[in-house]
Amino acid sequence: MAGTALPGQLKWWTGEVTEIVRETPTATSLILKVPDWLGHRAGQHVDVRLTAEDGYQAVRSYSIASAPDDEQLMLTIERLDDGEVSPYLVDDVLPGNPLEFLGPIGGYFAWDAEMVGPLLLIAGGSGVVPLRAMARPRALTNSGVPTRFLYSARTADALIYRAELDALAQSDERFELTYTLTRAQPPGWTGYARRVDAEMLREVAWPPEDDPAIYLCGPTTFVEVVAGQLVALGHNPARIRIERFGPTGV
Amino acid sequence: MVNIISRGFRGRRQNPETARRLPPGQYLTERFPVLSAGPTPHTPLAAWDFSIVAPDGHSRQWNWEGFQALPRETITTDIHCVTRWSKLDTVWEGVSLDTLLDGFVEDGQFIMAFCDGGYTTNLPLADVLGGKAWISDTYDGQPLDPEHGGPARLLVPHLYFWKSAKWVRGLRLMRQDEPGFWENYGYHMYGDPWREQRYRGN
Repeated sequence: MAGTALPGQLKWWTGEVTEIVRETPTATSLILKVPDWLGHRAGQHVDVRLTAEDGYQAVRSYSIASAPDDEQLMLTIERLDDGEVSPYLVDDVLPGNPLEFLGPIGGYFAWDAEMVGPLLLIAGGSGVVPLRAMARPRALTNSGVPTRFLYSARTADALIYRAELDALAQSDERFELTYTLTRAQPPGWTGYARRVDAEMLREVAWPPEDDPAIYLCGPTTFVEVVAGQLVALGHNPARIRIERFGPTGV
Repeated sequence: MVNIISRGFRGRRQNPETARRLPPGQYLTERFPVLSAGPTPHTPLAAWDFSIVAPDGHSRQWNWEGFQALPRETITTDIHCVTRWSKLDTVWEGVSLDTLLDGFVEDGQFIMAFCDGGYTTNLPLADVLGGKAWISDTYDGQPLDPEHGGPARLLVPHLYFWKSAKWVRGLRLMRQDEPGFWENYGYHMYGDPWREQRYRGN
């Protein structure tokens, strides 16, 4: 376990925003050039720090969306209307701006190509971000790990990386992609149209006998429900790695 | 280090009284975020017990009824998560570790909390004695939700909240410090929020 601890390069870095991609009406990707960046593991995150002119600072965590093999670091930020940091990152950052961050952070919710498969990735909403790092084509090509990816979002517009994921599913038969849209579906939609439930998991997920490595990321209520269903279906709790965001419904 | 100004960023300032209670790098939340590495265990109370285990293996144990019969305290405290949220004036009820460890305190210098789901975390014994730590089963007047660590969790509010292990089932006394779960993944062995001891080497 100690061998998978945070790599030694955890420190504050300054990147330069080179490109901004509007992924959905509320999610934006910032592509960063980071001189001397020593790399990360798929699933890790960084703490982004903003500093006001008078020295006031605010720090929040964001998952790394790029794969370890990608040349530039990418963060995808979902804009929270009541957020302190995300509206600035989504609305105000411009190409050429510097961005400070601490990282890479996290060693448990991380996947390496040599880890024992098959792989089951389950995303709710912007929980897709760290799973994208695990699903990037080169990572898969290197590993050959058969992967099933279940992605739940409210609407088709809210699907982040849809074109990229679709292309991956088209080109790699070891990558099986399933969407479910819980709130509204476009005309002709053939995917699922409900919240993730036990029946859907039975149809889509690897059976427990295959002992998949499971990575589950999304809002707290989503991951609580899905993790409970996976355990009830017979999946080993120790194989289910979870990253959650947000509060309970209190 | 010289910080880079984030052009146009103003941020959300707290009033000075609140700001004084936030350790460095933390932000205030009114909500109660959940952070756990794996699925939430659901241990029935009939199957629950709590153990203190000395280095030589001798132990004491309470079942749920026995634990409920112990003297209880109400704790109002601020809590600080390493993922940077802090929540002020949270109200808990629980049993002091002074009560649970009574008679065992000569047996080690450190403890390892162990939990349903396999989670562990290490603490110096001195940090859980003297009215600084509890086993809590009640939050805000209600039984503690499973997502927040119910039936019972460790509560050590002066350290980052990963030390307040959810679903705790016992404490193992140790003569030497050993890393627990997150400590093995590079988080700090001690975790003082006021010294911003988030990660190893901080």
